[in-house]
Amino acid sequence: MLKAAIAGVGRRTIHGIWRIGFATRFFLLVLLYSGTAFRRIGLTIREIYFTGVLSLIIILVSGLFVGMVLGLQGYETLQTYGSEEALGVLVALSLVRELGPVVAALLFASRAGSAITAEIGLMKATEQLSAMEMMAVNPIARVVAPRFWAGVISMPLLAALFSAMGILGGYLVGVVLIGVDEGSFWSQMQSAVEFEQDILNGVIKSVVFGIAITAIALFEGYDAPPTAEGVSGATTRTVVTSSLAVLALDFVLTAFMFRGIS
Amino acid sequence: MNKTVLDLWVGVFVIAGMAALLFLALKVGSMNVVKTANSYELVAKFDNIGGLKVRAPVKSAGVVVGRVTDVQFDGENFEAIVTLRIDNRYAFPKDTLAAIMTSGLLGEQYIGLDAGGDTQTLKDKDKIFLTQSAVVLENLIGQFLYGKAQEGATE
Repeated sequence: MLKAAIAGVGRRTIHGIWRIGFATRFFLLVLLYSGTAFRRIGLTIREIYFTGVLSLIIILVSGLFVGMVLGLQGYETLQTYGSEEALGVLVALSLVRELGPVVAALLFASRAGSAITAEIGLMKATEQLSAMEMMAVNPIARVVAPRFWAGVISMPLLAALFSAMGILGGYLVGVVLIGVDEGSFWSQMQSAVEFEQDILNGVIKSVVFGIAITAIALFEGYDAPPTAEGVSGATTRTVVTSSLAVLALDFVLTAFMFRGIS
Repeated sequence: MNKTVLDLWVGVFVIAGMAALLFLALKVGSMNVVKTANSYELVAKFDNIGGLKVRAPVKSAGVVVGRVTDVQFDGENFEAIVTLRIDNRYAFPKDTLAAIMTSGLLGEQYIGLDAGGDTQTLKDKDKIFLTQSAVVLENLIGQFLYGKAQEGATE
């Protein structure tokens, strides 16, 4: 009984290390065969359509609502200190620095990441990947790399759209509905938000999240056991792992980027 | 390779994303940061800078003309050495007064430049001699209480 338990721990540890090694090799192979993603740009564009364009609706609508909630809540709090004009600063800074990249990444992980895993897992289960290898077509170059680059390209654009929609939502609630002065809303925002410090760092964050999410989704799909259960488990793991990865990476990046500011 | 409807949508998506980035850069953020290329440096010493921070604005007549780039402590004279970066478009007389002000009661602190009447202007790396420290609220309250106590004593 005890012996079996200890053996189980050991087996799981070895299995975990094995997977990490395999994941690293897989990631390097994807980078190595990335040439195809750009030489046959049509493949990548097709994937941008599936990961980026089809995620637009959820990103835009959530962005609008998040911005509107920020506007309402921010106004309630700022009102206590008599500084309602700072609403623009609050909405813009929290969206551009944190909420934009992070929430967009979480939505992207559940909307596009899970789809990628399910698709590749099913391709593997139905032996389409082996069939490609038989025809001397490298599945990593033909299937995986275009999806990877599509995710990396889509993510920052989606995050920027999310932030822009959020600021618009904050503007709608703050200025149009509640009646905060429009001039000070925008001018205080402009004097507080800096291009390099805030916006560029937000874009860098979303690129990193894009890399992490797509890499995890692709690997989980590629590594999924070729059964219905295996694919469903892999899809769940993609969403869980990539969400956790996004939040953890966000902490690390924020600690590096915003250390010692003001 | 033929153009497809798919390409159109991807194009729309990429253009919308770029437009959002542009919106963030121009409308939300300020691109017109004071660049090192077209600005000059001034140094001012203060007895007390209060809550002044690096990147705080430097204003003259309420208009932002530069930023604080560095705050150091002078161990010999026990003063704060503040480095300011001023836009090249603006030149200030030699007898300009630099004062640390607060915008609003609880607002951020900034450096206000009050131009004097000198005909010579401050050049790069010049020192501002006339400075006025930050108003520390505790000192102000202390002075007020002290004054009140004296009033009571004389009566």
